[in-house]
Amino acid sequence: MPDQDRVVKSTASMEQRVDAIQAALDERGLEASKGVEELAHLAQDVWTPKNGARVVARAWVDPEFRKRLLANGRAAVEELGFTMPKHHRHLVVLENTAKVQNVICCTLCSCTAFTIIGLPPDWYKDLEYRSRVVRESRTVLKEMGLDLTPDVEIRVWDTTADTRYMVLPEQPPETVGWSEERLADIVTRDSMIGVARL
Amino acid sequence: MDGMHDMGGRQGFGPIRFTHDAKAFHAEWEVRANSLYAFAVRLGIFNMDEYRHAIERMDPRHYLAASYYERSLTSLATLLVEKGVLSRDDIERRAGGSFPLARPSAAGRANAPHREHFAPGDRVRVKEDHFPGHTRMPGYIRGKCGVVVSESPAYPFPDAHAHGVEAQDEPTYDVRFRSEDLWPNSSEPALVHVGVFQSYLERAPE
Repeated sequence: MPDQDRVVKSTASMEQRVDAIQAALDERGLEASKGVEELAHLAQDVWTPKNGARVVARAWVDPEFRKRLLANGRAAVEELGFTMPKHHRHLVVLENTAKVQNVICCTLCSCTAFTIIGLPPDWYKDLEYRSRVVRESRTVLKEMGLDLTPDVEIRVWDTTADTRYMVLPEQPPETVGWSEERLADIVTRDSMIGVARL
Repeated sequence: MDGMHDMGGRQGFGPIRFTHDAKAFHAEWEVRANSLYAFAVRLGIFNMDEYRHAIERMDPRHYLAASYYERSLTSLATLLVEKGVLSRDDIERRAGGSFPLARPSAAGRANAPHREHFAPGDRVRVKEDHFPGHTRMPGYIRGKCGVVVSESPAYPFPDAHAHGVEAQDEPTYDVRFRSEDLWPNSSEPALVHVGVFQSYLERAPE
């Protein structure tokens, strides 16, 4: 009675389940372990917020690049050598100003422009952020340390399709004239998600 | 489907677990779970809509209790079993215990028969539409009116693409809603932008 057998078995641990899938795929000759090694490297060392920080820094120092970035994000980041998965057909760059705070989320899962701004942090994927940020954005941002004055308009962007978003944070006035490299160092992932200002 | 995954606007959840420089991964198995699903997509075993839908099909109690990467791995395993790449018995034997999978899928659907083109500035309404398969229309915009801000390139239609149904690619519209319209008297003022597939939209009444 296979069904009874299933009832009495305890649930395998996450490590056991991952090992099982990886080993079973390897045995099918699909070379999963090799693929995992390569993708783990991409996810941890290549697709990092440093990419987005370079994009932001360039946009701050080069007004023509900034225009191209706002008009067609995907083409503009390619100029700097950054690529996006084929299914991300569009990158929309959202410009923050003194009076506008853009913030991105994905209420249905946890989509992001991960090759550009890095894989999403834990809180972005949590049920709390996903449920609340669209409905009580000002309170949520305040809990995260961003206390906006009432005159700042909040625009929340829910990533429901494969169009991807990144926020172009406002350049801190004291950094005008800095080199592009130095500027890139101050740009954080959270500022490109839109839950922090610089 | 009106699933547990459709979190936007649900009430009762507590404070955000926020730390500066929060990590994407907290354990080695999470890195591998993420890489394995990406690997399967790369091999063309399933597409992103199928992947998302297999997460949505998890039993709601399992969905809520599972971590992000447990959901990811559950979707991967479900699709590998459904597509006949691996068998459930084999992965449970290897794992040394039960391996919870997602529930079966409903049937998909093709694009809406009549689709309209919209231009920036047009007022649109999200159709009052209930569909038991995969859809990228969050429940909180159903029946609500907003303004078209821009149009994206055409994408595979998720309601078809997650189910192996033939369909045309169609554009999504960036539609701007007012939070006060989405949750009257029960939200904080903000503009909420949602990428809405053409099939989900109709022209708003005058």
